[in-house]
Amino acid sequence: MATVIDMPKLSDTMEEGTIAKWNIKEGDKVEAGDIVAEVETDKATMDLEAFDGGTVLKILVEEGDAVPLGEKLVILGEEGEDISDLVGDDDSGDDDSGKDETAGKDGKKESRDESSDEEKKDKGDKESDDDESKKSDRKADRKDEAVKAKESSGKEFDPLFGDLKEGKKSGNGKQEDADGRVKASPLARKMAEEKGIDVSRVKGSGPQGRVVKADVENFKEEEAKTAKVDSAEEKKAPAKPTITGTKLEEDKEIKVSQMRKAIGKRLSESKFTSPHFYETVDIDMKKAIEVRTALNEISDVKISFNDLVVKACAIALRQHPWVNSSWMGDVIRMHGDVNIAVAVAVDEGLLTPVIRHADQKGLRDISIMTKDFAERARDKKLQPEDWEGSTFTVSNLGMYGIEEFTAIINPPNAAILAIGAIRDVPVVEDGQVVPGKRMKVTMSSDHRVVDGAKAAEFLNTVRTLLQNPASMLL
Amino acid sequence: MAQKQFREVIREALREEMERDETVFVMGEEVAEYNGAYKATQGLLDQFGDKRVLDTPISELGFAGLGVGAAMNGLRPIVEFMTFNFALVGVDQILNNAAKIRQMSGGQIKIPIVFRGPNGSAGQLGATHSTAFEAFYAHFPGLITIHPSDPYDAKGLLKAAIRDDNPVIFLESEQMYGMKQEVPDEEYLLPIGEAKVKREGADVTIVADGKLFHVAKQATEQLVKDGVDVELIDPRTIKPFDIKTVIKSVKKTNRCVVVNESHPFGGVAAEVGFQIQRDAFDYLDAPVLRVTTPDVPAPFSKKLFDLWLPGPKQVIDAVNTVTYRN
Repeated sequence: MATVIDMPKLSDTMEEGTIAKWNIKEGDKVEAGDIVAEVETDKATMDLEAFDGGTVLKILVEEGDAVPLGEKLVILGEEGEDISDLVGDDDSGDDDSGKDETAGKDGKKESRDESSDEEKKDKGDKESDDDESKKSDRKADRKDEAVKAKESSGKEFDPLFGDLKEGKKSGNGKQEDADGRVKASPLARKMAEEKGIDVSRVKGSGPQGRVVKADVENFKEEEAKTAKVDSAEEKKAPAKPTITGTKLEEDKEIKVSQMRKAIGKRLSESKFTSPHFYETVDIDMKKAIEVRTALNEISDVKISFNDLVVKACAIALRQHPWVNSSWMGDVIRMHGDVNIAVAVAVDEGLLTPVIRHADQKGLRDISIMTKDFAERARDKKLQPEDWEGSTFTVSNLGMYGIEEFTAIINPPNAAILAIGAIRDVPVVEDGQVVPGKRMKVTMSSDHRVVDGAKAAEFLNTVRTLLQNPASMLL
Repeated sequence: MAQKQFREVIREALREEMERDETVFVMGEEVAEYNGAYKATQGLLDQFGDKRVLDTPISELGFAGLGVGAAMNGLRPIVEFMTFNFALVGVDQILNNAAKIRQMSGGQIKIPIVFRGPNGSAGQLGATHSTAFEAFYAHFPGLITIHPSDPYDAKGLLKAAIRDDNPVIFLESEQMYGMKQEVPDEEYLLPIGEAKVKREGADVTIVADGKLFHVAKQATEQLVKDGVDVELIDPRTIKPFDIKTVIKSVKKTNRCVVVNESHPFGGVAAEVGFQIQRDAFDYLDAPVLRVTTPDVPAPFSKKLFDLWLPGPKQVIDAVNTVTYRN
């Protein structure tokens, strides 16, 4: 009995994975527990384990291929076993790319077809849901019109009186009618347009393959196929004309990595759906600097300013549970734990490993964990449990000398704190201008959860804690 | 609040309006001495006397015309038809006079008249006694057509109809006169032309009026059990039709089934379906379907009649089709 290994969900936000490396080839013997491949997800490169043993009968995707969740990767079984049924019903691949080519070739033609589609549909409607009595007469009249539809689906769909089961045919992956028209409900068409999905690529589940709302909503799994074709088309596209005659260096096009895709998707979603607002405070860091220097004289690990900020935030979050919350649509979830994500820059983008129960941890633990995360992030060794479950995020660009900046909220958090550099500034103390140390932090908050005054109260607590670091001992 | 029958609240509405306004009077076949064929006018003769509760000869054209003339001269007649099937004889007075005189007189003459009585089928009564006239009267400009589905709505709308200066067709049902509902004892009026969302839901909108509202309600109960979150709308007034409420609902549910007892061609469901596709085209996930009596006169045979009159099964089938659950 052949078994199939398909693309598993290796992280909570994963929608597709890229086979970074195959450890097996066709004909190999595999045992349960063997690592058959390395899979690059949106976050890390992970091992793909076989849960069953057997002989590798077929490898269905190549290294470098992006594969949506649940798609078949490998077929295992007895040597010589017939697996044609397993390979056969895989309707992705060649079939799709061929069709996409025709669809892509002529965008204009498609919209023209759409309008005639609607006209025809009107006509059809008028005739289709009358009474039963004249049905037989009418059948003759409409025969010409219906012939094509009948050929493609076996039976005419009659909304009320027809045999609904037979009328409905999801048309094994065929999104187009025999005459090349894409059948889609007006709503599905509109939703697809809004989402930037080419409706002809959506597999319709309605009668005669009509694309309906649910199909567009569930299209995600298919995105990979689309993405693959998109990039293929990009390559074929003619080079863009240069503005001036001479070009100093050729343009390069870099394939979007899983991580960049995830960053793009999640942060766009955050910025475009959650109403951000920003509040900045300037914090006197004089005492914090003194405390840090003193601590580092005795501590075996170096405490950073970032660690102090994380600690201050953790304490403040406990006192201001609204900031430690998530917008869930119907409810606002106030998290019981304070789990602070720390943004870590890596070559390809950034990751946000989580310091769990940060309010329960000392500076030393926070420091050790942060350093370990940063290292593992750069080596792509972080595991899903390292970045899941954050309730708040801190992003620090102080080391780059950035004075202040605004960050995009890391969903499902309600806020993110952007930390700037500590600057030498003249300050007025007791009527005298003296040298001072100041640091600006800017919080981006999701207004659906946090209001201006609540955010301000939180920031004041953070400021008070950092200005009087000893109070963090309380 | 007390449980009251449909016939009782019709009587209450008539009595209250006759007590309030002495220009209001009732006439029709058997409305006085016999207390009404369906007892809707019971006791009115005793209370108001034979000048305000008038038995008429079996001559719909005659007494409909009498009513129109009385309305033109400042009275507020309520004309009962024993059934609207008989009103066909008097239709010239309704369509050519009642509906048109206000416009033809440049607004000088008002026609504050109500034509009321049972409408539609009521079991094995044969083809000529089983016609549903909602679409027929709603077709003509100048008439208000009301088709309530329960006693509460019926009372509030009948009182509003009596006070309206336009001719109103008020459609009842023989099969609903015994229907009971909690109805307040205090006076209340309901606005003409306002639909009521009688169940809120997210998956599909069912629009159903009059007697067939209850068919749609039974279907809804089954569908909800099956996991379909139905929004059930009773338009209550057929014309002016409250399309806004329906469009708002369809924009939410994306699917619609219209249930109406009139025949399909040019029927209420046809009009509602048309307006939905015009105003909510981009929100539709499936063609609007309708459940109506077929394009055939009512058969007498019990078996054929049961096939002819839509039941919950047809509504469920249509909902399953528009929600792609088949």
